[in-house]
Amino acid sequence: MSDYRAESGLLQPHHKVGIIGYGSYVPRYRLPASEIVRIWKGGQGGAPVKEKSVPGLDEDVVTMSMEAARNALARANIDPREIRAVWVGSESHPYAVKPTSTIVAEAIGAVPNTQAADWEFACKAGTEAMQAAIGFVGSGMARYALSIGMDTAQGRPGDALEYTAAAGGAAILLGRAEEALAVIDGSYSFVTDTPDFWRRAHSEYPSHGDRFTGEPAYFKHVTAAAESLMEAVGRTPADYRWAVFHQPNVKFPRRVAGILGFSQEQIEPGLLSGRIGNTYAGSAVIGLTAVLDVAEPGDRILVVSYGSGAGSDAFDIVTTERLPEARDRAPKTEDYIARRTEIDYATYTRYRDKLKLS
Amino acid sequence: MTNVSIIGIGKTEVGEHWETSIRHLAWYAIEAALDNAATTEIDALYVGNMLAGGLGGQDHLGALVADFAGLRGIEAVTVEAADASGGAALRQAVLAVRSGLVRTALAVGVEKVTDESGSAVLAELSTGLDADYESVHGLTPAGAAALLMRRYMHEYGVTLDDFAGFSVNAHRNAADNPLAMFRNRLKADRFATAPLIAEPISLFDMAPLADGAAAVIVTAADRAMDMVPQPVRVAGSALATDTIALHDRRDPLWLSAAAHSAEAAMAAAGVTHADIDLFELHDAYTILAALSLEAAGFADRGEGWRLAAEEMSPDGTPAIARDGAIPISTFGGLKARGNPLGATGLYQIVEVVQQLRGEAGDCQIPGARTGMAQCLGVIGATAVTHVLQI
Repeated sequence: MSDYRAESGLLQPHHKVGIIGYGSYVPRYRLPASEIVRIWKGGQGGAPVKEKSVPGLDEDVVTMSMEAARNALARANIDPREIRAVWVGSESHPYAVKPTSTIVAEAIGAVPNTQAADWEFACKAGTEAMQAAIGFVGSGMARYALSIGMDTAQGRPGDALEYTAAAGGAAILLGRAEEALAVIDGSYSFVTDTPDFWRRAHSEYPSHGDRFTGEPAYFKHVTAAAESLMEAVGRTPADYRWAVFHQPNVKFPRRVAGILGFSQEQIEPGLLSGRIGNTYAGSAVIGLTAVLDVAEPGDRILVVSYGSGAGSDAFDIVTTERLPEARDRAPKTEDYIARRTEIDYATYTRYRDKLKLS
Repeated sequence: MTNVSIIGIGKTEVGEHWETSIRHLAWYAIEAALDNAATTEIDALYVGNMLAGGLGGQDHLGALVADFAGLRGIEAVTVEAADASGGAALRQAVLAVRSGLVRTALAVGVEKVTDESGSAVLAELSTGLDADYESVHGLTPAGAAALLMRRYMHEYGVTLDDFAGFSVNAHRNAADNPLAMFRNRLKADRFATAPLIAEPISLFDMAPLADGAAAVIVTAADRAMDMVPQPVRVAGSALATDTIALHDRRDPLWLSAAAHSAEAAMAAAGVTHADIDLFELHDAYTILAALSLEAAGFADRGEGWRLAAEEMSPDGTPAIARDGAIPISTFGGLKARGNPLGATGLYQIVEVVQQLRGEAGDCQIPGARTGMAQCLGVIGATAVTHVLQI
């Protein structure tokens, strides 16, 4: 336990753990924010993003997680039967009772010697699963563990969240540092009881506390997690080539980067929300995949998620020589973003089941 | 009757006090006022508040705040008159001291709106309208102000841009007020394209609802002379009412309660318009600023907006600027200091006292001797006016 630092809260396993494969998925449909402005605001006013991704009629968190998981497996190039955990974090699990993760595990051939569970912590369920997977591998209980953050987020028609509630996410496959494309040097989790955003059981759409979602929620938790992690590992913003912050819109991650002392250049490749919206549990991890798609060996990356309720997970990650070769084995995140079919609001209401016929 | 003077003032920052309860907000303002007056002997407490019952589940603020402020046992009640509650609370404190039955009275205005989200706050805010004839049909305070503004633009042939000067002035002044909610400057050319709240009322027309508390301590003028170096005399105090429903007013563009209370307060103080060095008015919406200037007699009917227009002044400053003929919103007004509803009327009083004492910092009007403050309940069904002198 020599590395355990109770006073800092830094999370570091016995054995170093890293990312051995990663994959993302974004549905092809795009709803321009101007369509929502047209329907709900008489065509007047601005919007927090340019457009958002929309899942097709036959897509949900299960199918999208499979796509991302297969991409992660392709990059890792391992036997899926060696995966000991398949954990899917989402706030859009298709079933209230019955795991998403068992379907995904079966689909990628990771059964039956597998832990499988669904995670829920609003937008940070994906990184929560990632931290648990680090523990699973770092303790020696598993050689590989798969964590996924994926969502088909819900936005009440006409609500401020409808502009950004989007679909997408990523799978992060964890293994030993020796096999890794990127090594996780440490992580940290900062949690309080802060009711900024929630969805009650049986409610179709979430509720939120308007401006309360800003300062006391997003900014407080993201900055606290980032600063605590950087202090614990003895690094400053200048030590990182890239940074990814949870991106509910474009403004928040840009502002929090400024508050913490990161430049806009450092967050640029991972800042996708302007073009795909807020992918909720997928938001921070898909940002990480976009950075891994362009990073050079030795680049250090800070990733900070945010989940309402509320908490932030922060990760200190450094890429290895294995990354460039692995990343071309699967579609890149920007490939998915470029694969784009624009739809109008009417089509969107059909795809998202917003017309109730009975 | 006993003459009344202000011996202590206190206020909190206006804004989003997510982590501060309503009782703490009230206490912080009271604590500052007690320190300012260098006394702890308070005989009666009047709490101005509008929404604590509906938004916070907490009525009975008189007893609550008295106890929490260490004044357990004294006479204490809540005074409610929508966003004129703060001015009405001071009015009660002044009446109590003038009657001779109360020696020292404390008026505190306090509001906490950020515990609930937008739609809940809007529903509660609309309780200040006529429930049976207005809000039941969906009218909101911003909607009522929008009707007034539309009528004003129609009657007097003015445009949306003609109101920009009020908000530009408020933000410019708030930039010098460390306790203001919005300290950013506003560009006049952004005004007409601001997001709409209730057409033609936009985000830049309407004051932001906020949390905050302000407190004022009054006592008999002859005692005050011995207690503090610069007592401020309450030279005039008047409260008047009008129909609560807009459609019941014979002349909607005339704020008769505002006119009556201003006239009465000025008459009691024996002052004319030329004597008044600054006027803290109720700019919850820019249209109310224009109508208040007209009702109080600083502008002819249909001309109130001109006092905010820069071209009216040879040196390019509008009449309402701090160096103009009749400065308003000298600390930012409701628009930029923020509108903590039941506390707003007492923020105005605290700011006028700061001006008269020469303690207004960068917001100071040089040599101010007489100041007037007027708060309105929603769109003027209640109007409370105070004239203060040093």
